[in-house]
Amino acid sequence: MTVAAIFFYLFSIVMIASAFMVIAARNPVHSVLFLILAFVNASALFVLVGAEFLAMILVVVYVGAVAVLFLFVVMMLDVDFAELKQGFLQYLPLGALIGIVVAVELILVVGGWSVAPGAKATNAPAITALSNTEALGLVLYTRHVYFFQAAGFVLLTAMIGAIVLTLRHKPDVKRQDISEQNARTREEAVEVKKVPSRAGV
Amino acid sequence: MDFSWVVPLLIIIGKSLLLLVAVLIYVAYIILADRKIWAAVQLRRGPNVVGPWGLLQSFADMFKFVFKEPVIPAGANKGVFLIAPFVTAILALSAWAVVPVADGWAVADLNVGILFIFAISSLGVYGVIMGGWASNSKYPFLSALRSAAQMVSYEVSIGFVLITVLLCAGSLNLSEIVRAQDSRFGALGWYWLPLFPMFIIFFISALAETNRPPFDLVEAESELVAGFMVEYSSTPYLLFMLGEYVAIVSMCALTTVLFLGGWLSPIPFAPFTWVPGVIWFVLKASLVFFMFAMVKAFVPRYRYDQLMRLGWKVFLPISLFMVVLVAAVLQFTGWGGRV
Repeated sequence: MTVAAIFFYLFSIVMIASAFMVIAARNPVHSVLFLILAFVNASALFVLVGAEFLAMILVVVYVGAVAVLFLFVVMMLDVDFAELKQGFLQYLPLGALIGIVVAVELILVVGGWSVAPGAKATNAPAITALSNTEALGLVLYTRHVYFFQAAGFVLLTAMIGAIVLTLRHKPDVKRQDISEQNARTREEAVEVKKVPSRAGV
Repeated sequence: MDFSWVVPLLIIIGKSLLLLVAVLIYVAYIILADRKIWAAVQLRRGPNVVGPWGLLQSFADMFKFVFKEPVIPAGANKGVFLIAPFVTAILALSAWAVVPVADGWAVADLNVGILFIFAISSLGVYGVIMGGWASNSKYPFLSALRSAAQMVSYEVSIGFVLITVLLCAGSLNLSEIVRAQDSRFGALGWYWLPLFPMFIIFFISALAETNRPPFDLVEAESELVAGFMVEYSSTPYLLFMLGEYVAIVSMCALTTVLFLGGWLSPIPFAPFTWVPGVIWFVLKASLVFFMFAMVKAFVPRYRYDQLMRLGWKVFLPISLFMVVLVAAVLQFTGWGGRV
């Protein structure tokens, strides 16, 4: 287990350090890059505890898609970094208070955690026989199918909402109509004219 | 202290180094093949000076890049500028860890191998974005924005194609996917035939995902000079090129594993099944790369709006429909995977 322990401390330290750098970095693009590093280390920690499916999904969804778009937006924004940093410290007491409250809650929850006797045998499928992807699939589409579908509908609503908010039909903007372009034939696009010498068209 | 982990660790390191060297040499000749095929289509000779028939051209190019002076623009964000090519090259190479080049010949035979490759290829965009942004120059930045949009778009359809394949195979393990294609019909039993539309969609999306022509809007030289690589020179440039070609070769390998039966022999009886699996694997991957190279030589570059339309309005609906269709067929006929 020594190797696993070494890697656990390595990933944890890098993750905490990069999470700190997310708020400490001067340049917002650097902050996003550190955020990505923190995500990748979190997924490495998932791999260490044997949750390889969650680890890969974390990388695919958060790092591969969400963070790309986030980085995209931060790069496009023209922000005055110095102005943004002014008054940064005046929120420190409030931030520290929230941080302490969250930390205390976490400690209370984790400290008071106990598994109800007899609970583990009934709910989970046998862990040894299945890979954790299969195990997730078996419970997700049977026991929890309604919650799963409900989450899907929430996402669909959010997606339609985003499209409705951003879709605008501007009348005087030139747009490409692919089917119209493909429907053009040689006969209607090219006109061959006999040009008499010394007369022009 | 328990030191039983030392020997497995050394074996893994040895395997990784062997695979790394093999992949790099293969990539060197793939680059040469790309140039030769392109030249042959245009009735040119291609590189033919260094070594017999130009066989050492890639190595000569490598030495040239390594011995040149790296130039870092004054306005560049130095750290990110230098990290970007490493990100590209290292991510592209790490995808090879899970590729089974023959039965049992994978450095890491992961249960979620296909998801690992998908995750790694979705990270590939960071090298381009970081390089484009850190150069602090207009052409690279435009190129970075284009690549972000393009690679995210085509990943969606690649994801759905992967889902149809793994529905048929019943596993996310790449070796299991190859074994699921093993049948007495040989080449006709591989997934390229039953999933033919998905094979085409995957091939085209792989072109777009690796920024190959006709989807090389990221480095369209007529519009953007050389895209995100404009400001790069010397070894960082070499790493970008290397990462790009390694990503292309790993897409060829993935196509081979998913649709062309991996290490299996196309003709399933005696003299052909004696050939080692790794030879079949390399031959099939090279065939896929030959198609990549021919597409580069034949097809003119897409316009950017056509590229986006193809990804979102053509491939996404077709592949989504095929996921539903394949799942329904498997459910009602009882074919396919284990569960």
